[in-house]
Amino acid sequence: MALLDVKDLEVEFPLGRKTLKALHGISFSLNKGERIGIVGESGAGKSVAAFSILNLLSKPGRISAGEVIFENQDISKLNRDQMRHIRGNRISMIFQDPMMTLNPVLTIGTQMTECLKAHRAISKEEARQISISKLRDVMIPSPENRMDSYPHELSGGMRQRVVIAIALLTDPSIIVADEPTTALDVTIQAEIMALMLELCANNNVGLILITHDLAVVSQVTERIIVMYAGRIVEEGQTQDVITNPKHPYTRGLIKALPQENSPGARLNQIRGSMPALDAIPAGCSFNPRCDFADEQCHKDIPQLTGPKTHTAACIHIDRIPAFQSTGGLT
Amino acid sequence: MDYLYFAIKRLLQAVLVMLVISLIGFSIQDNLGDPLRELVGQSVSENEREAMRDRMGLNDPFLTQYGRFMYKAVQGDLGNSYFFKKPALEVIAAKFPATLELVIGATLLIIFFAVPLGVYCAINPKGWFSKFIMAFSIVGISVPVFLTAIFLIYVFAVELGWMPSFGRGDTSDLLGWNSGFLTVDGLVHLVLPSISLASIMMPLFIRLIRSEMMEILEMDYIKFAWAKGLVPVRVWFLHAFKNTLLPVITVGGVQVGTMLAYTILTESVFQWPGMGFLFLEAVNRVDTPLIIAYIIVVGLIFVVTNTFVDLLYTWVNPTVKLVGSR
Amino acid sequence: MNKLTAFLGSDFTYRFRKDKVAVVSFCIVVFLVLSAVFAPLIAPYDPYDLKSIDIMDSELPPSWNEDEGDERFLLGTDPQGRDMLSTILYGMRISLMIGFFAVLLQALIGVSIGLLSGYVGGRVDAFFMRLADIQLSLSTLMVAIITLAVFQAAFGAALYSELAIFMLVLVIGIAEWPQYARTVRASVLAEKHKEYVDAARVIGMSRSRIMLRHILPNTLSPVLVISTIQVANAIISEAALSFLGLGMPVNKPSLGSLISSGFEFIFSGSWWITVIPSIVLILLILSINMLGDWLRDVLNPKLYKD
Repeated sequence: MALLDVKDLEVEFPLGRKTLKALHGISFSLNKGERIGIVGESGAGKSVAAFSILNLLSKPGRISAGEVIFENQDISKLNRDQMRHIRGNRISMIFQDPMMTLNPVLTIGTQMTECLKAHRAISKEEARQISISKLRDVMIPSPENRMDSYPHELSGGMRQRVVIAIALLTDPSIIVADEPTTALDVTIQAEIMALMLELCANNNVGLILITHDLAVVSQVTERIIVMYAGRIVEEGQTQDVITNPKHPYTRGLIKALPQENSPGARLNQIRGSMPALDAIPAGCSFNPRCDFADEQCHKDIPQLTGPKTHTAACIHIDRIPAFQSTGGLT
Repeated sequence: MDYLYFAIKRLLQAVLVMLVISLIGFSIQDNLGDPLRELVGQSVSENEREAMRDRMGLNDPFLTQYGRFMYKAVQGDLGNSYFFKKPALEVIAAKFPATLELVIGATLLIIFFAVPLGVYCAINPKGWFSKFIMAFSIVGISVPVFLTAIFLIYVFAVELGWMPSFGRGDTSDLLGWNSGFLTVDGLVHLVLPSISLASIMMPLFIRLIRSEMMEILEMDYIKFAWAKGLVPVRVWFLHAFKNTLLPVITVGGVQVGTMLAYTILTESVFQWPGMGFLFLEAVNRVDTPLIIAYIIVVGLIFVVTNTFVDLLYTWVNPTVKLVGSR
Repeated sequence: MNKLTAFLGSDFTYRFRKDKVAVVSFCIVVFLVLSAVFAPLIAPYDPYDLKSIDIMDSELPPSWNEDEGDERFLLGTDPQGRDMLSTILYGMRISLMIGFFAVLLQALIGVSIGLLSGYVGGRVDAFFMRLADIQLSLSTLMVAIITLAVFQAAFGAALYSELAIFMLVLVIGIAEWPQYARTVRASVLAEKHKEYVDAARVIGMSRSRIMLRHILPNTLSPVLVISTIQVANAIISEAALSFLGLGMPVNKPSLGSLISSGFEFIFSGSWWITVIPSIVLILLILSINMLGDWLRDVLNPKLYKD
């Protein structure tokens, strides 16, 4: 039994007369201590997927169908107070921009201890000590002093470390990280990623890493889920997906990586762009951008097929020539 | 160090503002009414008048006269009220408690009603009660203070007879302060005027708190607070409200002046024996020293409250240093 | 004609027609403004014509009062025997006129300073914005009360009442310019670096031409929204000043001075002298405010914020 089992999850945004669907029934699971990555361009619905796990969708978004089964309980049906005991306690989140994630008018200490006190019956002093030790875990120098600092007194990288420390405070079983390094300097990105990998591995914490950066995912995660226009188009072991991508979209993503290109050459961009939520084409939603698309692709919505360890949603999966990698990612 | 720098900067600003106000006050005195007429009658001959003008320094150059005015003003001497035949500042000071208590009453009403209502409307923007509050607030903004006052008097004093229609009622001495807070009669008299004075600011603050808080509630750090599993009360009243307070304090500081202006209206309808009512009487009697004293006292109140608002702002917002330019 | 049909078919018109509150407010404003503009034609009497007033007619209740009502005076008469309906129509005319011209003055000063400040930048900008800060923190009403009080004391009541209407427009008009200046400046700063402005500069357009032809039109919707609310505010300020006896004199009353002069009679039972002009005043301000709120929601301009 998987720790987290997302089944046919659908999310929609009712906007006036029309309702936009952001997720068209996605399913995936996460085992204890496993690390998976959800990749895709912006607008693919990966952040929506992340936020819907904890039912933290921005208004007016809502889960319209499907289940989120966590420890044998469908948490998408919980009321606000029941959900509160899952959030930040059993499942934590790390947000994209550390500059915006911490409340500017409260001290680091307040923002840490309140999380502990919300979930455990402990004294202020105990909460403080746990917080300090977690700050030490994320390599923050002189954590005792930092407790009384305000967010603006820390650098972006430091702030993201604090956010990671907050996510780890209650020893959760899953951390959902939404683009945790995108807003940081390139030099700091690798540091933070390495830190997250180490902490998750050491504490046996499951990680759902949302990112558009395939390079990051390939280094940190064991399994990859590729999303396009609110659907999962490919899923498999990281090595398999990276070395032998089946879906034309995944191939496009890998080919577009700078590592896959010879120096000085033009980047291999995927032509066109992700469709808006109200303009998703009929059939396979990738068809306008796909080199292999034919009439059938404009009619039928492809389902995920293939062996359990590596599935892809493409009608012509067998017709597509074998992938030639230049080996940039491996 | 920061505080010292802040104090010096503030003091300089205050001195500058007060200098400008005193200059205005002095030019009013210079142009408004003839002090001689107040002192002697019409019966004195032109020569004697001129001699007196010389003796009183009224023919001195402008700057000399202004210097003399300032010298006296700094010592608290703004001349005698023509009507009360007493030092103008003393007359104003005697009326100051009445106005301050009215302002305190209205401010308390605003804080106790506008904050919860504004927060409620921000949390449940689509609820029927929020819509009712918003509709009510636009009516509140549209009804001039003096009409609210008249309406309250008509309903609660004239028709129902529940409340007194004018004056301060019984006052008692509270450490040398002439206060209406200690007697039931004093408090009852305070009710209608306070509601009137609060009536125009309240909807303004409800709308401000609502719109600012709705914006804050969309911020990432609020989402993160929810993701931490905090109880709603903490997210709303600590995480969101503390950030909402910042723009509210700024606007509140700007509104102090407006509030003082509205005391004049409220006091005039309720014949509340405060500074505003006194000022209107002084205007009608062309009691120049009293008019000037009022302007200077209002300027002082303005300087003091603005300093206080700045301090409050820095206290709530850690990202602003006292020295920082805002 | 094409423009008219385009306007009638626009999203703006569609949303307007769907919003009942907006339609009703608009109708009330139009009705009140028209009756004020055409007051000399509509009003049964000329309240400024002393000969037509008979003191014997004073304090008559509205005509629906069966005992004392007089059918000549639909809404009754005031203590001087003037027909309330006519006086209210003329009073509203004055209130609206002061409101309109005061806002025109505010907009003129504010938009010019805002354009200049935003486009020139540097010290000019810093100076005007500092001035705006100071002006804003001084309450308009407080400044108006003190200024008008001092002028009244200096001129004497008789001369002052002659000049009142100009003084009111001037004081209310000058005090509120920062609202416009800040908003216009903000939109200028936003527009200034857009490509089309660069393009205009490259082809050799002069600064003033770029500002007037290209940047100014982009500031129109916030200016429209501010103006609507400001007219309501100006009318309130005028009413407040007149109520204090610092505004329009009794012989040429605005709504505010009408209410003020009737206030003392409310206790003796002659409620209509105060109540009817009050209702008209509230109705006028409320519907302008509603319309302003609706405009702000629909046009959603970037208004200046700290």
